[in-house]
Amino acid sequence: MFALRPERPATIEVAVEGQPLRVPEGASAAVALLLAGIGRTTALSGAPRAPYCLMGVCFECLAEIDGVANQQACMVPARPGMRIRAQRGARRAGPA
Amino acid sequence: MSYDLAIIGAGPAGMAAAIEAVAHGLRVVVLDEGGGPGGQIFRAVEQAAGDPALGADYAVGRALVGAFRAAGVEYRPLATLWHLDPDAGLLSVLAEGRTSTLAARRVLLATGAQERPVPIPGWTLPGVLTAGAGQILLKTAGVVPQGPTVLAGQGPLLRLVAAQLARAGAPPALILETTPPGRRRAALRHLPGAWAGRGLVGQGLGLLLETRGLPRRQGVRELRAEGEGRLQRVVWDGGSIAAATLLLHEGVIPATHISRALGLDHAWDAAQQCWRPVTDAFGASSHAQVALAGDATGIGGWEAAMAAGHLAGLDAAYRLGRLDSAGLAYRAGPWLAARRRALVLRPLLDALYAPPAAVLAPADAVIACRCEEVTAGQVRQAARLGATGPNQLKAYLRCGMGPCQGRLCAPTVAALIAEVRGVPVELVGAYRPRAPYKPLTVAQLAGL
Repeated sequence: MFALRPERPATIEVAVEGQPLRVPEGASAAVALLLAGIGRTTALSGAPRAPYCLMGVCFECLAEIDGVANQQACMVPARPGMRIRAQRGARRAGPA
Repeated sequence: MSYDLAIIGAGPAGMAAAIEAVAHGLRVVVLDEGGGPGGQIFRAVEQAAGDPALGADYAVGRALVGAFRAAGVEYRPLATLWHLDPDAGLLSVLAEGRTSTLAARRVLLATGAQERPVPIPGWTLPGVLTAGAGQILLKTAGVVPQGPTVLAGQGPLLRLVAAQLARAGAPPALILETTPPGRRRAALRHLPGAWAGRGLVGQGLGLLLETRGLPRRQGVRELRAEGEGRLQRVVWDGGSIAAATLLLHEGVIPATHISRALGLDHAWDAAQQCWRPVTDAFGASSHAQVALAGDATGIGGWEAAMAAGHLAGLDAAYRLGRLDSAGLAYRAGPWLAARRRALVLRPLLDALYAPPAAVLAPADAVIACRCEEVTAGQVRQAARLGATGPNQLKAYLRCGMGPCQGRLCAPTVAALIAEVRGVPVELVGAYRPRAPYKPLTVAQLAGL
Protein backbone atom coordinates (compact mmCIF):
# COMPACT_ATOMS: atom_id res chain seq x y z
CA MET A 1 0.00 0.00 0.00
CA PHE A 2 1.45 3.26 -1.18
CA ALA A 3 0.39 6.89 -1.26
CA LEU A 4 1.15 10.05 -3.20
CA ARG A 5 2.50 13.21 -1.54
CA PRO A 6 1.27 16.70 -2.42
CA GLU A 7 4.82 17.70 -3.43
CA ARG A 8 4.42 15.71 -6.66
CA PRO A 9 1.01 16.36 -8.28
CA ALA A 10 -0.48 13.43 -10.14
CA THR A 11 -0.90 14.79 -13.65
CA ILE A 12 -0.74 11.69 -15.86
CA GLU A 13 -3.81 9.51 -16.22
CA VAL A 14 -3.23 5.84 -16.99
CA ALA A 15 -5.54 2.83 -16.84
CA VAL A 16 -4.58 0.04 -14.45
CA GLU A 17 -6.68 -3.07 -15.11
CA GLY A 18 -9.13 -0.76 -16.88
CA GLN A 19 -9.51 1.62 -13.92
CA PRO A 20 -8.33 5.22 -14.32
CA LEU A 21 -5.44 6.24 -12.05
CA ARG A 22 -3.48 9.48 -11.86
CA VAL A 23 0.28 9.28 -11.26
CA PRO A 24 3.00 11.96 -11.07
CA GLU A 25 5.30 12.70 -14.00
CA GLY A 26 8.33 10.41 -13.67
CA ALA A 27 6.38 7.49 -12.22
CA SER A 28 6.93 4.15 -13.95
CA ALA A 29 4.19 1.70 -14.88
CA ALA A 30 5.34 -0.34 -11.87
CA VAL A 31 4.70 2.60 -9.57
CA ALA A 32 1.19 2.78 -11.02
CA LEU A 33 0.69 -0.92 -10.21
CA LEU A 34 1.89 -0.36 -6.63
CA LEU A 35 -0.37 2.68 -6.18
CA ALA A 36 -3.31 0.65 -7.51
CA GLY A 37 -2.41 -2.24 -5.20
CA ILE A 38 -2.35 -4.64 -8.15
CA GLY A 39 0.10 -7.56 -8.22
CA ARG A 40 0.88 -10.31 -10.70
CA THR A 41 0.93 -14.09 -10.40
CA THR A 42 3.85 -16.33 -11.33
CA ALA A 43 3.94 -18.50 -14.45
CA LEU A 44 4.85 -21.63 -12.49
CA SER A 45 2.75 -21.85 -9.32
CA GLY A 46 0.45 -18.85 -9.67
CA ALA A 47 1.88 -17.35 -6.48
CA PRO A 48 1.18 -13.64 -5.90
CA ARG A 49 4.08 -11.27 -6.59
CA ALA A 50 4.59 -7.52 -6.81
CA PRO A 51 7.46 -5.20 -7.75
CA TYR A 52 10.52 -5.85 -5.57
CA CYS A 53 13.59 -3.92 -6.80
CA LEU A 54 12.12 -1.21 -9.10
CA MET A 55 15.50 -0.92 -10.87
CA GLY A 56 15.31 -3.47 -13.64
CA VAL A 57 16.95 -6.40 -11.86
CA CYS A 58 14.28 -8.75 -10.48
CA PHE A 59 11.55 -8.90 -13.18
CA GLU A 60 8.87 -9.14 -10.47
CA CYS A 61 6.99 -6.18 -11.99
CA LEU A 62 6.18 -7.95 -15.27
CA ALA A 63 3.09 -6.40 -16.84
CA GLU A 64 1.11 -6.12 -20.03
CA ILE A 65 1.57 -2.55 -21.20
CA ASP A 66 -0.48 -1.23 -24.13
CA GLY A 67 -1.12 -4.80 -25.17
CA VAL A 68 2.49 -6.01 -25.06
CA ALA A 69 2.99 -8.75 -22.46
CA ASN A 70 5.96 -9.43 -20.16
CA GLN A 71 7.23 -5.83 -19.95
CA GLN A 72 9.47 -4.78 -17.07
CA ALA A 73 7.01 -2.20 -15.77
CA CYS A 74 9.63 -0.47 -13.62
CA MET A 75 11.59 0.48 -16.76
CA VAL A 76 8.61 1.98 -18.62
CA PRO A 77 7.62 5.57 -17.75
CA ALA A 78 3.89 6.09 -17.36
CA ARG A 79 2.45 8.06 -20.27
CA PRO A 80 -1.03 9.56 -20.70
CA GLY A 81 -3.53 6.91 -21.71
CA MET A 82 -1.17 4.00 -21.06
CA ARG A 83 -3.00 0.72 -20.43
CA ILE A 84 -1.32 -1.36 -17.73
CA ARG A 85 -2.28 -4.85 -16.63
CA ALA A 86 -0.35 -7.07 -14.25
CA GLN A 87 1.10 -10.18 -15.91
CA ARG A 88 -1.00 -13.09 -14.66
CA GLY A 89 0.74 -16.40 -15.17
CA ALA A 90 2.68 -17.08 -18.36
CA ARG A 91 2.41 -14.80 -21.37
CA ARG A 92 0.14 -16.12 -24.11
CA ALA A 93 1.88 -15.97 -27.47
CA GLY A 94 -0.07 -14.48 -30.31
CA PRO A 95 -0.04 -11.80 -32.97
CA ALA A 96 1.01 -8.42 -31.62
CA MET B 1 26.02 5.17 -36.62
CA SER B 2 29.65 5.18 -35.56
CA TYR B 3 31.27 6.52 -32.39
CA ASP B 4 34.67 6.63 -30.74
CA LEU B 5 33.27 5.68 -27.35
CA ALA B 6 29.96 4.10 -26.35
CA ILE B 7 29.15 4.40 -22.65
CA ILE B 8 26.56 2.12 -21.08
CA GLY B 9 24.89 3.83 -18.12
CA ALA B 10 24.43 7.47 -17.13
CA GLY B 11 25.21 7.37 -13.43
CA PRO B 12 28.14 9.32 -11.94
CA ALA B 13 30.75 7.12 -13.68
CA GLY B 14 29.11 7.18 -17.10
CA MET B 15 28.36 10.92 -16.98
CA ALA B 16 31.89 11.81 -15.85
CA ALA B 17 33.48 9.59 -18.49
CA ALA B 18 31.34 11.18 -21.19
CA ILE B 19 32.21 14.72 -20.07
CA GLU B 20 35.92 13.86 -20.06
CA ALA B 21 35.91 12.03 -23.39
CA VAL B 22 33.99 14.77 -25.20
CA ALA B 23 36.39 17.38 -23.81
CA HIS B 24 39.18 15.51 -25.61
CA GLY B 25 37.35 15.47 -28.91
CA LEU B 26 35.91 11.95 -28.88
CA ARG B 27 32.55 11.26 -30.46
CA VAL B 28 30.56 9.79 -27.57
CA VAL B 29 27.17 8.13 -27.21
CA VAL B 30 25.67 7.29 -23.83
CA LEU B 31 23.06 4.54 -23.70
CA ASP B 32 20.93 4.65 -20.57
CA GLU B 33 18.22 2.24 -19.51
CA GLY B 34 16.85 4.98 -17.27
CA GLY B 35 14.64 7.85 -18.34
CA GLY B 36 17.12 10.60 -17.44
CA PRO B 37 20.74 11.01 -16.36
CA GLY B 38 21.74 10.37 -12.74
CA GLY B 39 21.94 6.61 -12.36
CA GLN B 40 20.37 5.17 -9.23
CA ILE B 41 22.06 7.54 -6.77
CA PHE B 42 20.88 10.70 -8.53
CA ARG B 43 17.84 9.18 -10.15
CA ALA B 44 15.31 11.82 -11.27
CA VAL B 45 17.45 14.54 -9.65
CA GLU B 46 16.43 17.03 -12.36
CA GLN B 47 12.80 16.66 -11.25
CA ALA B 48 13.16 15.95 -7.53
CA ALA B 49 16.21 17.87 -6.25
CA GLY B 50 13.90 20.39 -4.59
CA ASP B 51 12.09 17.76 -2.52
CA PRO B 52 13.26 18.44 1.07
CA ALA B 53 12.68 14.78 1.96
CA LEU B 54 15.58 13.70 -0.24
CA GLY B 55 18.15 16.03 1.29
CA ALA B 56 21.22 18.00 0.29
CA ASP B 57 23.40 14.93 -0.41
CA TYR B 58 20.98 14.04 -3.21
CA ALA B 59 20.61 17.56 -4.58
CA VAL B 60 24.39 17.78 -5.21
CA GLY B 61 23.82 15.46 -8.15
CA ARG B 62 22.20 18.33 -10.05
CA ALA B 63 25.61 19.86 -10.77
CA LEU B 64 27.00 16.70 -12.37
CA VAL B 65 23.83 16.10 -14.37
CA GLY B 66 23.89 19.74 -15.50
CA ALA B 67 27.50 19.44 -16.66
CA PHE B 68 26.62 16.23 -18.50
CA ARG B 69 23.65 17.86 -20.24
CA ALA B 70 25.85 20.77 -21.31
CA ALA B 71 28.77 18.68 -22.55
CA GLY B 72 27.55 17.90 -26.06
CA VAL B 73 27.20 14.18 -25.54
CA GLU B 74 24.73 12.19 -27.59
CA TYR B 75 22.50 10.90 -24.81
CA ARG B 76 19.94 8.17 -25.42
CA PRO B 77 17.63 7.52 -22.48
CA LEU B 78 15.32 4.48 -22.27
CA ALA B 79 17.81 2.56 -24.43
CA THR B 80 18.68 -1.01 -23.46
CA LEU B 81 21.87 -2.69 -24.64
CA TRP B 82 20.91 -6.29 -25.38
CA HIS B 83 23.98 -7.50 -27.23
CA LEU B 84 27.57 -6.37 -27.54
CA ASP B 85 30.23 -7.74 -29.87
CA PRO B 86 33.37 -6.05 -28.53
CA ASP B 87 35.66 -7.52 -31.20
CA ALA B 88 33.59 -6.02 -34.02
CA GLY B 89 32.68 -2.97 -31.93
CA LEU B 90 28.96 -3.50 -32.54
CA LEU B 91 26.20 -2.73 -30.04
CA SER B 92 22.60 -3.88 -30.38
CA VAL B 93 20.18 -1.53 -28.69
CA LEU B 94 16.45 -1.71 -27.94
CA ALA B 95 14.67 1.64 -27.68
CA GLU B 96 11.09 2.73 -28.33
CA GLY B 97 10.23 -0.88 -29.15
CA ARG B 98 12.77 -1.08 -32.00
CA THR B 99 16.26 -2.52 -32.23
CA SER B 100 19.18 -0.81 -33.91
CA THR B 101 22.91 -1.33 -34.23
CA LEU B 102 25.68 1.12 -33.35
CA ALA B 103 29.40 0.89 -33.96
CA ALA B 104 31.99 2.10 -31.47
CA ARG B 105 35.76 1.84 -31.31
CA ARG B 106 35.66 1.47 -27.54
CA VAL B 107 32.96 0.57 -25.00
CA LEU B 108 32.73 1.64 -21.35
CA LEU B 109 30.43 -0.33 -19.07
CA ALA B 110 29.22 1.99 -16.31
CA THR B 111 26.33 -0.22 -15.31
CA GLY B 112 26.55 0.41 -11.58
CA ALA B 113 25.34 -1.79 -8.80
CA GLN B 114 22.32 -3.75 -7.68
CA GLU B 115 21.09 -4.51 -4.22
CA ARG B 116 22.30 -7.79 -2.77
CA PRO B 117 19.42 -10.29 -2.61
CA VAL B 118 18.00 -10.68 0.91
CA PRO B 119 16.47 -14.17 0.81
CA ILE B 120 14.44 -14.51 4.01
CA PRO B 121 11.27 -16.58 4.52
CA GLY B 122 8.41 -14.75 2.83
CA TRP B 123 10.53 -12.32 0.81
CA THR B 124 8.46 -13.04 -2.31
CA LEU B 125 5.26 -11.69 -0.71
CA PRO B 126 3.77 -8.52 -2.21
CA GLY B 127 4.63 -5.74 0.22
CA VAL B 128 8.26 -6.83 0.54
CA LEU B 129 10.62 -4.61 -1.49
CA THR B 130 14.20 -3.50 -1.30
CA ALA B 131 15.15 -0.33 0.56
CA GLY B 132 16.45 0.96 -2.76
CA ALA B 133 12.98 0.44 -4.24
CA GLY B 134 11.51 2.52 -1.42
CA GLN B 135 13.94 5.28 -2.30
CA ILE B 136 13.18 5.02 -6.03
CA LEU B 137 9.47 5.50 -5.26
CA LEU B 138 10.34 8.67 -3.40
CA LYS B 139 12.77 10.02 -6.02
CA THR B 140 10.80 9.26 -9.17
CA ALA B 141 7.23 9.88 -8.01
CA GLY B 142 7.23 11.26 -4.46
CA VAL B 143 5.44 8.07 -3.41
CA VAL B 144 5.68 6.73 0.17
CA PRO B 145 4.51 3.49 1.79
CA GLN B 146 1.15 3.73 3.53
CA GLY B 147 0.50 1.73 6.67
CA PRO B 148 3.17 0.41 9.04
CA THR B 149 6.57 0.19 7.32
CA VAL B 150 9.50 -1.87 8.60
CA LEU B 151 13.06 -1.30 7.38
CA ALA B 152 15.31 -4.32 7.93
CA GLY B 153 18.95 -5.15 7.30
CA GLN B 154 22.00 -2.96 7.51
CA GLY B 155 24.25 -0.51 5.73
CA PRO B 156 24.36 3.23 5.08
CA LEU B 157 21.32 3.15 2.76
CA LEU B 158 19.06 1.73 5.48
CA ARG B 159 19.38 4.76 7.76
CA LEU B 160 19.28 7.14 4.78
CA VAL B 161 15.95 5.70 3.60
CA ALA B 162 14.65 5.81 7.19
CA ALA B 163 15.54 9.50 7.41
CA GLN B 164 14.06 10.28 3.98
CA LEU B 165 10.79 8.49 4.77
CA ALA B 166 10.54 10.33 8.09
CA ARG B 167 11.11 13.69 6.34
CA ALA B 168 8.45 12.72 3.80
CA GLY B 169 5.92 12.23 6.60
CA ALA B 170 6.00 8.42 6.47
CA PRO B 171 8.49 7.37 9.18
CA PRO B 172 9.14 3.64 9.51
CA ALA B 173 7.26 1.96 12.38
CA LEU B 174 10.42 -0.01 13.17
CA ILE B 175 14.02 -0.40 12.01
CA LEU B 176 15.41 -3.91 12.42
CA GLU B 177 19.21 -3.87 12.21
CA THR B 178 20.90 -7.18 11.47
CA THR B 179 24.49 -6.16 12.26
CA PRO B 180 25.68 -8.81 14.77
CA PRO B 181 26.78 -7.66 18.23
CA GLY B 182 30.53 -7.18 18.43
CA ARG B 183 30.82 -6.18 14.76
CA ARG B 184 31.31 -2.55 15.68
CA ARG B 185 34.39 -3.36 17.72
CA ALA B 186 35.83 -5.46 14.90
CA ALA B 187 35.26 -2.63 12.45
CA LEU B 188 36.97 -0.09 14.70
CA ARG B 189 40.42 -1.34 13.70
CA HIS B 190 39.78 0.39 10.37
CA LEU B 191 39.12 3.70 12.13
CA PRO B 192 42.63 5.18 11.86
CA GLY B 193 42.39 5.08 8.06
CA ALA B 194 39.02 6.78 8.25
CA TRP B 195 40.30 10.17 9.43
CA ALA B 196 40.76 11.32 5.85
CA GLY B 197 37.13 10.39 5.29
CA ARG B 198 35.81 12.40 8.21
CA GLY B 199 33.47 14.34 5.93
CA LEU B 200 31.71 11.10 5.01
CA VAL B 201 31.80 10.00 8.65
CA GLY B 202 30.10 13.28 9.49
CA GLN B 203 27.35 12.56 6.95
CA GLY B 204 26.87 9.08 8.44
CA LEU B 205 26.77 10.34 12.00
CA GLY B 206 24.30 13.01 10.96
CA LEU B 207 21.98 10.29 9.65
CA LEU B 208 22.42 8.22 12.81
CA LEU B 209 21.51 11.27 14.92
CA GLU B 210 18.54 12.14 12.71
CA THR B 211 17.10 8.62 12.96
CA ARG B 212 17.99 7.87 16.59
CA GLY B 213 14.48 8.65 17.78
CA LEU B 214 12.87 6.06 15.47
CA PRO B 215 11.90 2.69 17.03
CA ARG B 216 14.75 0.30 16.46
CA ARG B 217 16.03 -3.19 17.37
CA GLN B 218 19.67 -4.17 17.00
CA GLY B 219 21.33 -7.54 16.45
CA VAL B 220 18.15 -8.91 14.86
CA ARG B 221 18.25 -12.55 13.73
CA GLU B 222 15.89 -14.98 11.99
CA LEU B 223 14.00 -12.26 10.18
CA ARG B 224 10.93 -13.39 8.24
CA ALA B 225 7.97 -11.94 6.38
CA GLU B 226 4.56 -13.48 6.93
CA GLY B 227 1.07 -13.05 5.49
CA GLU B 228 -1.68 -14.58 3.39
CA GLY B 229 -1.27 -13.41 -0.19
CA ARG B 230 0.65 -10.31 0.92
CA LEU B 231 2.82 -9.09 3.78
CA GLN B 232 0.97 -8.76 7.08
CA ARG B 233 3.65 -9.28 9.74
CA VAL B 234 7.40 -9.07 10.16
CA VAL B 235 8.74 -11.60 12.65
CA TRP B 236 12.19 -12.00 14.18
CA ASP B 237 13.85 -13.91 17.00
CA GLY B 238 12.25 -12.16 19.97
CA GLY B 239 9.36 -10.23 18.46
CA SER B 240 6.90 -9.45 15.70
CA ILE B 241 5.08 -6.42 14.31
CA ALA B 242 2.14 -5.86 11.97
CA ALA B 243 3.45 -4.39 8.69
CA ALA B 244 2.12 -3.35 5.28
CA THR B 245 5.56 -2.77 3.77
CA LEU B 246 8.95 -4.34 4.50
CA LEU B 247 12.00 -2.72 2.92
CA LEU B 248 15.07 -5.00 2.95
CA HIS B 249 18.71 -4.02 2.53
CA GLU B 250 22.00 -5.89 2.98
CA GLY B 251 24.24 -3.69 0.89
CA VAL B 252 24.90 -3.47 -2.83
CA ILE B 253 27.04 -5.50 -5.24
CA PRO B 254 28.39 -4.76 -8.74
CA ALA B 255 26.00 -5.44 -11.62
CA THR B 256 28.11 -7.96 -13.55
CA HIS B 257 25.51 -9.28 -15.99
CA ILE B 258 27.08 -7.79 -19.13
CA SER B 259 30.70 -8.16 -18.01
CA ARG B 260 30.03 -11.84 -17.32
CA ALA B 261 28.24 -12.31 -20.64
CA LEU B 262 31.32 -10.87 -22.38
CA GLY B 263 33.52 -13.37 -20.55
CA LEU B 264 35.67 -10.67 -18.96
CA ASP B 265 38.01 -11.70 -16.12
CA HIS B 266 36.45 -11.33 -12.66
CA ALA B 267 37.99 -11.66 -9.21
CA TRP B 268 36.35 -12.50 -5.90
CA ASP B 269 36.27 -9.64 -3.41
CA ALA B 270 36.27 -11.24 0.03
CA ALA B 271 35.71 -7.96 1.88
CA GLN B 272 32.58 -7.12 -0.11
CA GLN B 273 31.52 -10.75 -0.65
CA CYS B 274 31.02 -10.27 -4.37
CA TRP B 275 32.63 -10.69 -7.78
CA ARG B 276 34.19 -7.68 -9.42
CA PRO B 277 35.51 -7.40 -12.99
CA VAL B 278 39.30 -7.18 -13.09
CA THR B 279 40.43 -3.72 -14.22
CA ASP B 280 43.53 -1.57 -14.11
CA ALA B 281 43.60 1.85 -12.43
CA PHE B 282 41.93 3.39 -15.50
CA GLY B 283 39.17 0.80 -15.75
CA ALA B 284 40.63 -1.19 -18.67
CA SER B 285 39.31 -4.77 -18.59
CA SER B 286 40.69 -8.07 -19.84
CA HIS B 287 39.26 -7.21 -23.29
CA ALA B 288 41.28 -4.61 -25.19
CA GLN B 289 38.22 -2.61 -26.36
CA VAL B 290 36.16 -2.77 -23.16
CA ALA B 291 36.56 -0.72 -19.98
CA LEU B 292 34.49 -0.43 -16.81
CA ALA B 293 34.02 2.36 -14.29
CA GLY B 294 32.15 3.03 -11.08
CA ASP B 295 30.32 0.62 -8.83
CA ALA B 296 30.23 -1.93 -11.67
CA THR B 297 33.86 -2.63 -10.73
CA GLY B 298 33.33 -2.78 -6.95
CA ILE B 299 31.27 -0.75 -4.52
CA GLY B 300 32.83 2.63 -3.78
CA GLY B 301 30.01 5.18 -3.87
CA TRP B 302 29.32 8.05 -6.24
CA GLU B 303 32.42 10.17 -5.63
CA ALA B 304 34.73 7.23 -6.35
CA ALA B 305 32.58 6.41 -9.38
CA MET B 306 32.82 9.94 -10.72
CA ALA B 307 36.61 9.88 -10.38
CA ALA B 308 36.74 6.47 -12.08
CA GLY B 309 34.60 7.85 -14.91
CA HIS B 310 37.04 10.71 -15.51
CA LEU B 311 39.93 8.23 -15.49
CA ALA B 312 38.19 5.95 -18.00
CA GLY B 313 37.38 8.95 -20.21
CA LEU B 314 41.02 10.06 -20.15
CA ASP B 315 42.17 6.52 -20.91
CA ALA B 316 39.81 6.34 -23.91
CA ALA B 317 41.24 9.63 -25.20
CA TYR B 318 44.77 8.27 -24.74
CA ARG B 319 44.07 4.95 -26.46
CA LEU B 320 42.32 6.67 -29.37
CA GLY B 321 45.22 9.06 -29.93
CA ARG B 322 43.75 12.28 -28.49
CA LEU B 323 46.09 12.45 -25.50
CA ASP B 324 49.75 11.50 -25.09
CA SER B 325 51.12 9.54 -22.14
CA ALA B 326 52.44 12.65 -20.39
CA GLY B 327 49.06 14.36 -20.74
CA LEU B 328 47.32 11.27 -19.44
CA ALA B 329 49.56 11.10 -16.36
CA TYR B 330 49.17 14.83 -15.67
CA ARG B 331 45.39 14.83 -15.96
CA ALA B 332 44.86 11.52 -14.19
CA GLY B 333 46.72 12.55 -11.01
CA PRO B 334 43.94 14.57 -9.36
CA TRP B 335 41.29 11.94 -10.17
CA LEU B 336 43.43 9.11 -8.80
CA ALA B 337 43.82 11.14 -5.59
CA ALA B 338 40.10 11.94 -5.50
CA ARG B 339 39.23 8.28 -5.80
CA ARG B 340 41.64 7.34 -3.00
CA ARG B 341 39.99 9.94 -0.74
CA ALA B 342 36.52 8.70 -1.65
CA LEU B 343 37.44 5.12 -0.78
CA VAL B 344 39.07 5.63 2.64
CA LEU B 345 35.92 4.71 4.55
CA ARG B 346 35.20 1.62 2.50
CA PRO B 347 37.21 -0.90 4.60
CA LEU B 348 35.38 0.25 7.72
CA LEU B 349 31.96 0.03 6.04
CA ASP B 350 32.76 -3.38 4.50
CA ALA B 351 33.81 -4.76 7.90
CA LEU B 352 30.91 -3.20 9.79
CA TYR B 353 28.16 -4.23 7.38
CA ALA B 354 29.39 -7.60 6.07
CA PRO B 355 26.29 -9.66 5.17
CA PRO B 356 25.31 -12.31 7.76
CA ALA B 357 25.82 -15.98 6.79
CA ALA B 358 22.04 -16.58 6.82
CA VAL B 359 21.59 -13.92 4.11
CA LEU B 360 24.28 -15.42 1.88
CA ALA B 361 23.12 -19.06 2.28
CA PRO B 362 19.55 -19.12 3.64
CA ALA B 363 17.66 -21.99 5.30
CA ASP B 364 16.23 -24.82 3.17
CA ALA B 365 12.64 -23.57 3.04
CA VAL B 366 13.56 -20.12 1.70
CA ILE B 367 13.10 -19.32 -2.02
CA ALA B 368 16.58 -18.80 -3.52
CA CYS B 369 15.54 -18.30 -7.18
CA ARG B 370 12.40 -16.20 -7.32
CA CYS B 371 11.82 -16.61 -11.08
CA GLU B 372 11.82 -20.40 -11.13
CA GLU B 373 10.52 -20.69 -7.54
CA VAL B 374 13.42 -22.87 -6.36
CA THR B 375 14.19 -23.19 -2.65
CA ALA B 376 17.59 -23.18 -0.98
CA GLY B 377 16.92 -26.80 0.01
CA GLN B 378 16.45 -27.81 -3.64
CA VAL B 379 19.73 -26.11 -4.56
CA ARG B 380 21.54 -27.93 -1.75
CA GLN B 381 20.01 -31.25 -2.89
CA ALA B 382 21.13 -30.65 -6.49
CA ALA B 383 24.63 -29.82 -5.25
CA ARG B 384 24.68 -33.09 -3.33
CA LEU B 385 23.61 -34.89 -6.52
CA GLY B 386 26.56 -33.43 -8.39
CA ALA B 387 25.83 -29.87 -9.56
CA THR B 388 29.32 -28.46 -9.11
CA GLY B 389 28.54 -24.83 -9.92
CA PRO B 390 25.80 -22.36 -10.94
CA ASN B 391 25.99 -23.23 -14.64
CA GLN B 392 25.58 -26.96 -13.98
CA LEU B 393 22.69 -26.14 -11.66
CA LYS B 394 20.72 -24.70 -14.59
CA ALA B 395 20.30 -28.23 -15.97
CA TYR B 396 19.00 -29.47 -12.61
CA LEU B 397 16.64 -26.71 -11.52
CA ARG B 398 16.53 -23.94 -14.18
CA CYS B 399 17.92 -21.44 -11.66
CA GLY B 400 19.29 -18.54 -13.67
CA MET B 401 17.10 -19.35 -16.69
CA GLY B 402 14.00 -17.38 -15.72
CA PRO B 403 13.22 -13.80 -16.73
CA CYS B 404 15.92 -12.21 -14.53
CA GLN B 405 18.56 -14.50 -16.08
CA GLY B 406 20.20 -15.07 -12.70
CA ARG B 407 20.73 -11.43 -11.78
CA LEU B 408 19.05 -11.91 -8.42
CA CYS B 409 19.80 -15.52 -7.44
CA ALA B 410 23.47 -15.66 -8.53
CA PRO B 411 25.06 -14.85 -5.14
CA THR B 412 22.70 -17.15 -3.23
CA VAL B 413 23.04 -20.12 -5.57
CA ALA B 414 26.85 -19.92 -5.54
CA ALA B 415 26.99 -19.68 -1.75
CA LEU B 416 24.68 -22.68 -1.32
CA ILE B 417 26.70 -24.88 -3.70
CA ALA B 418 29.94 -23.81 -2.01
CA GLU B 419 28.49 -24.71 1.39
CA VAL B 420 27.49 -28.21 0.27
CA ARG B 421 30.81 -28.82 -1.49
CA GLY B 422 32.76 -27.42 1.44
CA VAL B 423 34.81 -25.12 -0.78
CA PRO B 424 35.24 -21.33 -0.89
CA VAL B 425 32.48 -19.66 -2.91
CA GLU B 426 34.94 -18.28 -5.47
CA LEU B 427 35.76 -21.84 -6.52
CA VAL B 428 32.25 -22.79 -7.64
CA GLY B 429 32.16 -20.19 -10.43
CA ALA B 430 29.40 -17.85 -11.58
CA TYR B 431 26.59 -17.86 -14.13
CA ARG B 432 27.64 -17.18 -17.71
CA PRO B 433 24.71 -15.11 -19.01
CA ARG B 434 24.02 -14.87 -22.74
CA ALA B 435 22.59 -12.23 -25.02
CA PRO B 436 19.96 -10.91 -25.20
CA TYR B 437 20.89 -9.26 -21.89
CA LYS B 438 17.26 -8.21 -21.56
CA PRO B 439 14.39 -10.05 -23.24
CA LEU B 440 13.12 -8.81 -26.58
CA THR B 441 10.35 -10.06 -28.83
CA VAL B 442 10.84 -11.94 -32.08
CA ALA B 443 9.15 -9.01 -33.86
CA GLN B 444 11.73 -6.62 -32.38
CA LEU B 445 14.52 -8.95 -33.45
CA ALA B 446 13.02 -9.32 -36.95
CA GLY B 447 12.90 -5.53 -37.31
CA LEU B 448 16.67 -5.27 -37.01
